[in-house]
Amino acid sequence: MQQGPEEKTILQDVPWVDEPPVMLPGQTYGGVTDQIADAVLKRPIGLGWLAGLFLAMTLVALLGAAVTYLFLVGVGIWGIQIPGAWGFAIINFVWWIGIGHAGTLISAILLLLKQTWRNSINRFAEAMTLFAVACAGMFPVLHMGRPWLAYWLFPYPNSMGVWPQFRSPLVWDVFAVSTYATISAVFWYVGLVPDLATMREKATHRYTKAVYGILSMGWRGSARHWKRYEALYILLAGLATPLVLSVHTVVSFDFSIAILPGWHTTIFPPYFVAGAIYSGFAMVLVLAIPIRHYYHLENIITMRHLQNSAKIMLATGLIVAYGYFFEAFIAFYSGSTYERFMMENRWFGPYAILYWLLIITNIVLPQVLWIPKVRANTKLLFLISLDVLVGMWLERFIIIVTSLSRDFLPSSWGHYVATRWDYAVLAGTIGFFSAAMYIFIRIMPAISIFEIRQLLPESEVKLHES
Amino acid sequence: MSHRAAAPAIYGLLAEFDSATELVKATRAAYAAGYRKMDAYSPFPIEEASDAVGFFKTRVPLVVLLGGLLGGLSGFGLQYWINVISYPLNIGGRPYDSWPAFIVPTFEMTILFAGLSGVFGMFALNGLPMPYHPLFHVEQFSRVTRDKFFLCVEAADPKFDIVDTQQFMQSLGPISLEEVPH
Repeated sequence: MQQGPEEKTILQDVPWVDEPPVMLPGQTYGGVTDQIADAVLKRPIGLGWLAGLFLAMTLVALLGAAVTYLFLVGVGIWGIQIPGAWGFAIINFVWWIGIGHAGTLISAILLLLKQTWRNSINRFAEAMTLFAVACAGMFPVLHMGRPWLAYWLFPYPNSMGVWPQFRSPLVWDVFAVSTYATISAVFWYVGLVPDLATMREKATHRYTKAVYGILSMGWRGSARHWKRYEALYILLAGLATPLVLSVHTVVSFDFSIAILPGWHTTIFPPYFVAGAIYSGFAMVLVLAIPIRHYYHLENIITMRHLQNSAKIMLATGLIVAYGYFFEAFIAFYSGSTYERFMMENRWFGPYAILYWLLIITNIVLPQVLWIPKVRANTKLLFLISLDVLVGMWLERFIIIVTSLSRDFLPSSWGHYVATRWDYAVLAGTIGFFSAAMYIFIRIMPAISIFEIRQLLPESEVKLHES
Repeated sequence: MSHRAAAPAIYGLLAEFDSATELVKATRAAYAAGYRKMDAYSPFPIEEASDAVGFFKTRVPLVVLLGGLLGGLSGFGLQYWINVISYPLNIGGRPYDSWPAFIVPTFEMTILFAGLSGVFGMFALNGLPMPYHPLFHVEQFSRVTRDKFFLCVEAADPKFDIVDTQQFMQSLGPISLEEVPH
């Protein structure tokens, strides 16, 4: 967060011809404050926003219906069957939790790396993380069969005298995901407190003022408070960095600890983490491009942010491609009949069309990001990001379904087909996520105001001048 | 009514500045003039400002460390007690104390306790939440969350004198200088 004087002036400069600046020049403390806060406090509710929220809430209603029916009848309404017992629930769980990872990467890892361009996008990326983790968290519970007993996952003294079995990666998952959700939530809230104080002072309505006032805890910008605040913020970033890497590693253990062909590999943790960040940055772009456009934030979320996100997508996408390549290579190099069959089954088996679609969406199409003109085109970036989100979903489908449905014994093979209820729950969580984002950008400052003030050149203390 | 007369009539004097540089210069001057019970207020963190009020060390990192140690130890202890002492299960012939399998929840509990104790510790050390503060009486002070910078010398400071301190603070060249009522 701290930078030298030259760095702040550089932020508004154009280092070389094709490189857009992190912030357009001519901003003031008051100007950026008003711009970000007024989007919440003054801007009237638009028809587009209402229509979007309505659509999202329709899908939430669908989620409610699908979950109610699921609780009444049981998981038999889904396509899951032995041997394919994991199905959509686990695919969606892994997909959503992966999407969340980019938020933590932006807020924590890029903070530690002093990437000041993160300041414009960290707030809504963190919100994205929270909502994505909330969507992810639903699936293991819904998949449980008896979701009302979900609390059995946690160790607590009970009259049955039983305890969780800590050698199981599924129990590790409970700890990893719940810690991740908690730390993401407090990190997001701590980052919000100074901006909530701004909202408290700017709000005109009595009740709005009271709500922001309570949430801001009476923050008054004292130098002593800021010192402790900064110390904590950097420590939280330091804690969240290994945490975010651990979460998808633990998710990948759910697979790699098992002995199924295609799952039992050591490449899974890094390959899962890279895939998570890949899909997460795709979601960041899918959200940033419309928010920036409709809320006229081009001076704060500049093309530099979009291009940097696109470059991270390209890089992590290549790591994912490396993962696919080595999965295939090891399948043949291992000399194991089952591993080799797993790969041939992916290439030519009943799900081959999805496998090749995965290769096209996740590996082939995103290569256009090498071209600077594509990275500079917001519409194309938006489309590529949607394509990556689809691709990463297909990846989890292929990993889970092909390995489960055809394992060692042909007599125990099966074929997994999703039902309409599977699709309803997936669409429902997409609706839940969108509705949460729609509401979030109308009630909270979507960009960190105090961190933007810090980026302005005049925030630099110049003691040796004159 | 001697006990009432002993209490200072005001909370302190509040000077308003336009820039971070002016605030840090004024705070340093006040510190050099011998004032200690004072605080600088700004719309974003300024490292030099906390140094200027003489606040160099914070205990937040210690709280985070202690929280992390407590979380790690209790996380491992919980698993050891459950899977070795209270409810031993033979899982694939592994020893009861198969500690490598306990590392993941231990790590997660370390992060969880360290993070939560840091957050609660930071707010507690800062004395927050504090919905009421005398400074909120001053109208200009609302701009501390926007674009203005403030220095408050508190009446509780032994060197505080309503006339002298006012003169001194006026010499710092603030845009405004206000008395802060209790």
